[in-house]
Amino acid sequence: MEYLAQFYAVYGSLINFIGINAILALSLYVTLSAGQLSLGNAAFAGIGAYASGILTMNFNVPYPISVAAGAGLSAITALVIGMPVLRMRGIFLAMATLAFGEVVRIAAVNMDITGGAQGLVGIPCKTTTYIIYGVLAATTYFLAVLRGSKIGWSLAGIREDETAAMVMGINTSYYKTLAFVLGAFIAGIAGALYAHLNFIVTPGEFGFSAAVQLLVYNIVGGTQSVYGPILGAFILTALPEALRGAGVTAGSLRLGVNGVILLLVIIYLPNGLIFYLSKKYLSKKAGRSGGTVQSEV
Amino acid sequence: MFLQFEEISRSFGGVSALSRVSFCVEAGTIHGLIGPNGSGKTTLINVVSGLTGPDSGRLLLEGRAIHRLPAYRIAALGVARTFQNIRLFSNMTCLDNVIAGQHGRVGRALFPRLLRLPSVRLEERQSREDAMSCLARAGIENRAGAVAGSLSYGERRRLEIARALALSPRLLLLDEPIAGMRQREIEEMESLFRSLVEAGVTILLIEHNMPFIMRLCSSITVLHFGETLTTGTPKEVAVHPEVIEAYLGVRG
Amino acid sequence: MAVLLQQLINGLFIGSVYGLFAVGYTLVFGVLDILNLAHAAIFTLGALTALWLTTAGALSIWIAFPLATLVSGALGLVLDRVAFAPLRRRADSNLSGLISSIAMAIIFESAALGIFGARTVRFPEGIFINRVWRFGSVTVTSLQVEIVLTALALMLALTAFVRHTRAGRAIRAVAESERTARLLGINVDGVIALTFFISSALGGVAGILYGLYFDALAPDMGRSIELKGLAVIVLGGMGSIPGAILGGIAFGLSEVFTVALTGTSNLRDAVAFSVLFAILVLKPSGLLGRGRAREA
Repeated sequence: MEYLAQFYAVYGSLINFIGINAILALSLYVTLSAGQLSLGNAAFAGIGAYASGILTMNFNVPYPISVAAGAGLSAITALVIGMPVLRMRGIFLAMATLAFGEVVRIAAVNMDITGGAQGLVGIPCKTTTYIIYGVLAATTYFLAVLRGSKIGWSLAGIREDETAAMVMGINTSYYKTLAFVLGAFIAGIAGALYAHLNFIVTPGEFGFSAAVQLLVYNIVGGTQSVYGPILGAFILTALPEALRGAGVTAGSLRLGVNGVILLLVIIYLPNGLIFYLSKKYLSKKAGRSGGTVQSEV
Repeated sequence: MFLQFEEISRSFGGVSALSRVSFCVEAGTIHGLIGPNGSGKTTLINVVSGLTGPDSGRLLLEGRAIHRLPAYRIAALGVARTFQNIRLFSNMTCLDNVIAGQHGRVGRALFPRLLRLPSVRLEERQSREDAMSCLARAGIENRAGAVAGSLSYGERRRLEIARALALSPRLLLLDEPIAGMRQREIEEMESLFRSLVEAGVTILLIEHNMPFIMRLCSSITVLHFGETLTTGTPKEVAVHPEVIEAYLGVRG
Repeated sequence: MAVLLQQLINGLFIGSVYGLFAVGYTLVFGVLDILNLAHAAIFTLGALTALWLTTAGALSIWIAFPLATLVSGALGLVLDRVAFAPLRRRADSNLSGLISSIAMAIIFESAALGIFGARTVRFPEGIFINRVWRFGSVTVTSLQVEIVLTALALMLALTAFVRHTRAGRAIRAVAESERTARLLGINVDGVIALTFFISSALGGVAGILYGLYFDALAPDMGRSIELKGLAVIVLGGMGSIPGAILGGIAFGLSEVFTVALTGTSNLRDAVAFSVLFAILVLKPSGLLGRGRAREA
């Protein structure tokens, strides 16, 4: 028991970050499962963070409501920009969401209410590890169930071949927007939780690098299953710390390791790491033909 | 008059793909659509399935204008199609491909699933059974667990058909469904299409396999350079001078 | 009037650096349909290499410059070999190529961090003479002129290369259709390697010029230009070299004028990215692009 308390004292903040990153990774997982490469989720997290932080700090809004409101604002923003953006495909969607993210970041740097470049300082610390992992568990369950639902099947169809999906009766615009907005909402929650963890949020934390990080979590972990992004977030958040603990003090080396992992995964393990833990792979190895991927939860 | 084309025209960037196409398809029949390559057959199917809209003209399904409807609404009315180039979900199994095609017919609502209600399991089982029967009708139930990308060419065409059947369609648009199939497969497809028609489905069939078209279709429309050359019974079409000229060229 | 002229000159100057950088992006995109996000990292490494050659190597800038350019080009070859070539056969090669380039960008950046440290450094004093000319109240430095001339010369040379040499034509063939080029007997892998060499060399040059002008080099100096480069190639049309050049200059001018008009540099980037967003929505093929916005 004492050992656990000690462990937590040292690694508590790492455990919290892993949880938040996992929720963020899941937010991108939703849009990726519709085949949409959105690089705007870091910005949506930022919107959630700032909005909820401002509400709690300046207006004394109770914590759960300000988190919900922050996430709600992210969702509404996603709905608004989703309309033009989701008509684009592939790289153009990525760039448009990237541009959007930059505009949000610059707006945060330039507005007084967000504290400018210094950021929002003095947010009360309300997030606990239980809350983070509770939200993570709920989100994971929800997305796992979503997969086998009509929404999940529709998104999978859109991801595979949007034209075929259309003639099968799937209202592709509706579902793409749904995935985009849902992803933004989840990102907004993560951002709001984060804001109340750290007592300060700065614009730089939600920029291009952060957006790329989320993508990397999903690629390394794999998007075949809802546990993939969580695995990716865990490995890429914990590994640099583990290396530091092992004596690798150079920040550049820890950064480089993440890059190497990503490279190795994309070239040799393109399905991501979770695939090698999945039922499909293990049963294939055992010689039986695999079950259907989509139908398993 | 199940499906009615009224002066359908469509051009792309100045090139006219369809020009005032007009003909009717009777309910419960197999209607053939033939013509040389580039005559606009696939474009016409795209118009019917809602992937593209006509520049002018009207399209009526049982008297209801559908030419301005988006693709997913037309599918909801019971119109299914296959693609000339085969558009399968290659990373999913055959069974999953067909289950995906059940969209709209199978509820799969979220709340019962979140609460893990027993009705969900029943729904899943029913869905799989329906999907298996579609696969069986197309003759590929033995490949249910195989990933779609690993199928042979003929099997892929049949999977497309199986997926279209998952919609329980009233109108089936087939774009070269037997291309690349072996003789035995073709015979199986022939009896499948006949059985569908007996069950009340209407079929619009694009094919280049003339004997197949002649055997199956009760009426045929010939397209040439996007225009309707003629519509008639197989016998009439076979001896129509302009049709012969279109296919064989001017004898000089 | 003089203010306008000054802004024009400043905008032209920074625009030609943007254009040079963007040409590298667009070259790779045109040939491979891949967005190479490691380009900015090579921009940084090119500048830092030039710096190292002039300080630790004590070489004159006139030697360090071409050497650093060659190093940048070599890094491009490494990039191709390690990150892109293994993915060539894949169906989703442009997405996986993008990810791969992100991985290489991280690796390059950490290398820059590890080798050069995180501090901002500058080129040694007196590395070359920087004359200042004044025409009334308009100021032009010889450095600016040299940078613009270098950038323009390189871009013209590239255009001529692509249009008139066999290698250049081979590049265009591969850009049109890789399969057909292969059937015609063109050494496609060699062409791709050459493309990366040229693209990265240009990126490195842009980095050196940028570092010389702003007199500040840091491992993350590629950050700000990375996104601007993307905006430029979208503006100019992805895959079009003249588009990248024109787009770069247009972008540079718009940046400078935004600052002049709003009196502050804060909103400069916001305007740029809003414009990028608008272009993607309204005319994704950009000014001179090939209209491949909606990939099937």
